[in-house]
Amino acid sequence: MNNFWHWTVIVIVIVHLIAYIWLLLATAKKKVAKNDKNTTGHEWDGIVELDSPMPRWWLWLFVISIIFAAGYLYAYPGLGNYQGSLNWSQQKQFQAHYDKVTEARNKSFATFINKPIDELVNDDKAMLIGSRIFANNCALCHGSDAQGATGFPNLTDDDWNWGGDFEQILTSVKTGRNGIMPPLAPALGEEGVKQVAAYVRSLSSTEQDANLVAEGQNKFNMFCAACHGTDGKGNDMFGAPNLTDNIWLHGTSEIIETAIYEGLSGKMPAHAEILDENRVKLVAAYVYSLSKE
Amino acid sequence: MIKHEKIEKNIGLMGVLIAIVISFAGIIEIIPLMTQASVIKPVEGLKPRNALQLAGQNVYVSEGCYGCHSQQVRPFVDETLRYGHYSMAGESVYDRPFQWGSKRTGPDLARVGGRYSDEWHEIHLIDPRAVVPTSNMPGYPWLAKNPVDVEQTVASMKVLQTLGHPYTDEEITAAADLIKNKTELEALVAYLQNLGTAVPRSYQ
Repeated sequence: MNNFWHWTVIVIVIVHLIAYIWLLLATAKKKVAKNDKNTTGHEWDGIVELDSPMPRWWLWLFVISIIFAAGYLYAYPGLGNYQGSLNWSQQKQFQAHYDKVTEARNKSFATFINKPIDELVNDDKAMLIGSRIFANNCALCHGSDAQGATGFPNLTDDDWNWGGDFEQILTSVKTGRNGIMPPLAPALGEEGVKQVAAYVRSLSSTEQDANLVAEGQNKFNMFCAACHGTDGKGNDMFGAPNLTDNIWLHGTSEIIETAIYEGLSGKMPAHAEILDENRVKLVAAYVYSLSKE
Repeated sequence: MIKHEKIEKNIGLMGVLIAIVISFAGIIEIIPLMTQASVIKPVEGLKPRNALQLAGQNVYVSEGCYGCHSQQVRPFVDETLRYGHYSMAGESVYDRPFQWGSKRTGPDLARVGGRYSDEWHEIHLIDPRAVVPTSNMPGYPWLAKNPVDVEQTVASMKVLQTLGHPYTDEEITAAADLIKNKTELEALVAYLQNLGTAVPRSYQ
């Protein structure tokens, strides 16, 4: 606030306060000659107005609020740039509360946070906290039962695109994941897409035309095996899914042709900034525990 | 001294006096803020919305999203734990109109940017229950079919430029090409993904 407004605010506030005090005193002094009926003398259609004094408690509220205002303006910021004798600010109040909560939380976390992962997943309190963090932050995509949805992986099974070790899950939560499958139809051609799709379906043991499958396998090894592996079991370095287990992240095996034509992508946002280190660890441990049950 | 009677029987005079008394509060509470740097200066790193995000903001307003979603994380620990760093005035200097709101039928969106993937937003906007079974948010399937209103967006940019948003003339000329083949859905997602990303989200 610049100097002009600093002083304008102070002057207006103080002039007001003084004016209230003056108003109180001026009206208290003024004696109105009472008539014998104790009315103001006003009359509207035969209705007259009693001239009783204001209730004392009400008057006192007025006095008290003036005193309160003076005390408040001394202690708290209110007069221009004056910070108040308590040096209070909203940020400081927040920071103090935040520190208190953080300290309490760290104290409660301290009892289990440094346990090795195998013990952590057996700690009821840690898992309860982990499940709450999951519900608030992860359930929107992965579902409140963690069983996922089309395009969002099921976290309760043993099928992991980016690896199911605790450390790998922790990395997924912290830094997020970006899965990208490029469109491969231009390289494969229309016939090639059919062949590769047949081969991929055959991996999860559904009956397919043997000729298509044989051709498809050749093309798969040329174009797809770099990420999905020659055995089609995927690679958790690239988040390339296992194609042999009949688990389809993007729906059913019907999706295969579309995926080859248009490509696919999936993004898990990074959570290191959203959750602090302890909470990231707890939720990762909770997710890890889900597939161990 | 003016007699009460004179004021009470002259509605014009009373109106003027009431206006003067009330405006004192405005003078000392509102006007000084307009000169305060923390309120009127953009926070470091804040950029005015690009054409697509601006089109998304217009969709956000026209669909009435503010009716259920606020965009203001209040400075309370329970809020910052859930949403991230509390909102600061300097983050809203390019919001015209600002979308702070006070009604939270749905969650606060001030820091929703980057929180979910684009794909999630698209599925969720078309049919919220496809990803959040308990959601009571209505679906907005038509957004995927409606093309962005290019003319209106470019006009908005021109108006905002006159209000002091630092758009360059080149940006405004290029805007139409950037957004001409986009749907309202893409614009809205671009807007949402940008919300609250100018400052670090965490409060550590």
